[in-house]
Order: sequence, then structure tokens, then C-alpha cells
Amino acid sequence: MIPACPLASLPRGEAVRLNVNPPIAVFHTDNGEILAIDDTCTHQDASLADGWLEGCEVECPLHASRFDLRTGQVDAPPAKRPVRTHQVVVQNDVIYVVPSDAPPNLPPCVTVRERE
Amino acid sequence: MNTICVIGASLAGLLSARALRGQGYEGRIVLIGEEKHRPYDRPPLSKDFLKGAISETDLALESEGEDPDLEWRLGGAATALDPAIRRITLSDGTSLLADGIVIATGASARRLPAAEGLPGVHTLRTLDDARALRADLKTAKRLVVIGGGFIGAEVAATARELGLEVTLVESGQAPLAHVIGVTMARAIAGVHEKRGVQLVCGAHVTALTGAHRVDGVRLADGTHLPADVVVVGIGAVPNTAWLEGSGLELGDGVLCDEGGGTSVPGIVAVGDCAAWFDPAQGRHHRIEHWTGARQRAGVAAATLLSGGTARPEPARPAYLWSDQFDVKIQLIGQARDADTVTVEEGDPANHSFLAVYRQGGRPVAVLGVNQVRLFTRWRRHLETAPAQAG
Ligand SMILES: Cc1cc2nc3c(=O)[nH]c(=O)nc-3n(C[C@H](O)[C@H](O)[C@H](O)COP(=O)(O)OP(=O)(O)OC[C@H]3O[C@@H](n4cnc5c(N)ncnc54)[C@H](O)[C@@H]3O)c2cc1C
Ligand code: FES
Repeated sequence: MIPACPLASLPRGEAVRLNVNPPIAVFHTDNGEILAIDDTCTHQDASLADGWLEGCEVECPLHASRFDLRTGQVDAPPAKRPVRTHQVVVQNDVIYVVPSDAPPNLPPCVTVRERE
Repeated sequence: MNTICVIGASLAGLLSARALRGQGYEGRIVLIGEEKHRPYDRPPLSKDFLKGAISETDLALESEGEDPDLEWRLGGAATALDPAIRRITLSDGTSLLADGIVIATGASARRLPAAEGLPGVHTLRTLDDARALRADLKTAKRLVVIGGGFIGAEVAATARELGLEVTLVESGQAPLAHVIGVTMARAIAGVHEKRGVQLVCGAHVTALTGAHRVDGVRLADGTHLPADVVVVGIGAVPNTAWLEGSGLELGDGVLCDEGGGTSVPGIVAVGDCAAWFDPAQGRHHRIEHWTGARQRAGVAAATLLSGGTARPEPARPAYLWSDQFDVKIQLIGQARDADTVTVEEGDPANHSFLAVYRQGGRPVAVLGVNQVRLFTRWRRHLETAPAQAG
């Protein structure tokens, strides 16, 4: 289980990126759900935490494919593959992510991304 | 409706067919495509595909296992349309009757008449074009790109990354200036210069030289730019020649109402070939960008299935992106309409900034250069006020 951040520091409508390898994005939706997916879009190297959160979908900031945060499914190209989802646990007002052990669907040209 | 014919089997065609299924249409869908390829994505053709970083299979637009039950007729063009009885004639002489028609024939690269047939001169629109250019760049040392639009600037950047000597010839004051204005265009020109692209602005090409193969480009002031390969990137023209004389109203593209309906009931048009009426601008406007097709395919499908009675949502402002070197450029709205532009974040000199274009004080367009996160916020701001954003 990876600690993400205190619940209070992630308001509704916001996202936080965890610099694990590969990075994970945690979203707090407008209706109060907290959901986690791989941060890297399955199409190209975009950070989904920078995307546009609407309901429980996030629109990729570059080319507008939308991912369902609960299932990881993508609505339309250019992305074609679902994004990997992770389980979220909130304990004592802290958000934790339980990383999935399924293989990630990283885009071509991206294997492991390094971020500051 | 029993049969819907989609003409043009690329992005707009595929997304329209999918949208028809998504909206409950269960009849026959025939997709007619001039190219022999299944639908593929064009933006990488000037970027990662040209560079050799991704393969042809990565370009596919269909997902694995996807089966919207479509009938494909690839490798032959539609050559004529009789709108009264909705009959489509194909290049092999056969014809097809349809109850509904989606025109999604896209656009073609504009050509330089002087360059026709001269080996070493390329335009870039299709996968076949990209394969040929990629092969030619492998052995070339010097590339001259004519035209500083998005595709020209992207090809220049990619070729530079491949190690070629690159000269970009632009008739205006800077590449992209006609889209984003001179001030911001200069900032992006700075990226090219820093990476070693030689920019020649305010220049006009008078001739391509070379007897059996191109060996250079001659400019109006007499300068001769030697070249092993020349790419002509001077814009695109909508593929509507086959509709001339059909009675369908044409302008810069197939003229459509704000839901994609053409002048003939039962026929809609979408994507790069179509000029939809934009109420905010009070005129028809052809959008030549990826998300234009993506946002409008569903609207066009609804218009067709409802017989024109569906009320479309107000269109979102046009959004486009471009990748040049490691710079991600994003633009939303019509920068051309603006009277001021201000940098609101970052610094153009560092190639990371966000600029807002305003007309009479209200934002009409936003340009992001390596500012993805902030751009998303601004984009949302503009998209949720579409009537004002044009
Ligand atoms: C090299 C390149 C890079 C690009 N980069 C970007 C980018 O970074 N960002 C961005 O926003 N946009 C970009 N674009 C634009 C984007 O690709 C287009 O907006 C998009 O492809 C439009 O889709 P479309 O289906 O309307 O037309 P097209 O993709 O042009 O497809 C039309 C199809 O119809 C077929 N056709 C034509 N006439 C007939 C006929 N008579 N009968 C049957 N079939 C016919 C054609 O062969 C073609 O396959 C780029 C385009 C190119 C060429
Ligand atoms: S990078 Fe996400 S859709 Fe292209």
C-alpha cells in the first residue's frame, strides 16, 4: 500500500500524481469518489492527472480520449487500450493506493518514465 | 433506413459509423475508402512515424476485437453522387443506392504544379506518402521544406532530429504566423533555430531545380537552396471535386448547417471535407484538425438518423495540437480574431509558456507551449463558454 496524501489535501475535482514507477494518478471526483489509475495515457506520453475530470471520467490533456476511472475503459481513439486501474483505501484520513499487479498498458516509446 | 453509406474510410468516416451504431442504428453500413488501408491515424505521419519511433500497426484507429459490423469497400473512390436518389458511383463503374449518406472524404495536400512528377519532391497526407518520404530521408543530407504550416514545421523538426540539414522556407514573417500571430510564432521559430533549422522567412519559391531529380529550390531573390529532398507543405484542399455538378452546395468544402446536414436531406458531411455553419462566427468554417472530426461525428450521425430534427449542442471551439522537437503546442479558439495577446505564464524564451488572445477584453483563444496542465484549465474555461469563444 502506497500512501498518496492526506484526504484534506485533495479537494473534489482535483488529482494528484504519485511519482512511483510507472506513475499513478489519484482523482477525487465531484461526487466524492476517490479513484486511481496509471498516470500515463495509453496513447502517448501524457499525464492523465493533468487531464480534464468530468464525472468519473478523465479526458486526456493532449488528444482527448476519455478514460473511465472505475474500469479504465477508453471511449474513442486515438487511445485504444484501457488504462490500468488501482485500488484505493482511505484510512485515518489518509489516501492509500494498492498498486495493481496486472501489467500496465504503457504507450509505445514509453517504458518507464522518470519525473523529478 | 436500411443502408447508410459512409464515403471516406478514415477518422471522420470510422467515427461516424461507430456513432451510428452507438445511437442504435442496426441497418447496413457500407464504408467506401479510396485508400486500400484500414483507417489509420495521420498526426504521427509527420512526427513519431516519420521518425521511425512507432510502427504502422501503432497507427491503426480500430481497437483490437472491435466489431461494429461494417461492410468495407476499400481501394476504390466514389466518383459521382446523384443526390436525388442517393446513388453513389464507384471508380470500378459499379453503383450503390443508400438511404442515408455520410460524406467524410477529408482533404488532400495542396501541390505545387511546378513540382509534379519530379523525384525527391514530396507532399505528406497519406501513409503511402509517409512511407515514401521516410525512405527518401534515409539517404538524404539536405531537406528543404516549403511552407511553414503545422505539417511543414513538424516535418522540419522531425528531419532535424534524424540528423538532416533542414531549411524551412516560409512566405510570411514566421512559420505558423497565420494561425497564432507573429509574436507567438516568433517564439516557436526560436525553438527551430535553436535546434539548427535554418529559417528563411518572407521568401517566395519560384522554381524547383534538377533535371531527373530535385537538387534545390530557387527563391524570388535569386537564392538557390540546395536540397536532396523537398517537402511541399502548403496546405490542404477539401476532397470535393467528385461532388461537383451533383447539386450539393459546395464552398471551401461541403457546406453544412450547424448539425452537419448538407443542402440535401439524408446527406451529412463531417471532418476535413466539411464546412459547418458556425453561429458564433456567422459563417461556414472548415476545421482541419483531429478533434474537429471527433467532436462532430456523433452530431452528424444524430442529424442523419433524426432526419435533421436533432438539435445539436453548441459547437466547442476548435482545438488542435502539434509536436515539434520536445515542444508540445496546444491551441484552442480562433487566435486570428484577437486584438491582443499576453503571456500569462512562463517565458517564451524558455519555450514553456501560456498565452491568452483577447478580443475586446474577452479571451477568444489560448496557446499553450509545454504547459499541458494549465492549458487544460484554460481550455475548460473557453469550452464552457462556447458561444463567446468562437
Ligand atoms: C501529416 C499530418 C499531420 C497531422 N497532425 C495533426 C496534429 O498534430 N493535430 C491535429 O489536430 N490534426 C493533425 N492533422 C489533421 C488530421 O489528421 C485531420 O484533421 C484528420 O485526418 C481528418 O480526418 P478526416 O477523416 O476528415 O479526413 P482524412 O483523414 O483526410 O480522410 C479522408 C479519407 O477519405 C478518402 N477519400 C477521399 N476522397 C474519396 C472518395 N471520393 N471516395 C472514397 N474515399 C475518398 C481518403 O483517401 C481518406 O482516406 C494532421 C494531418 C496530417 C496529414
Ligand atoms: S496522449 Fe492521451 S490521447 Fe493521446
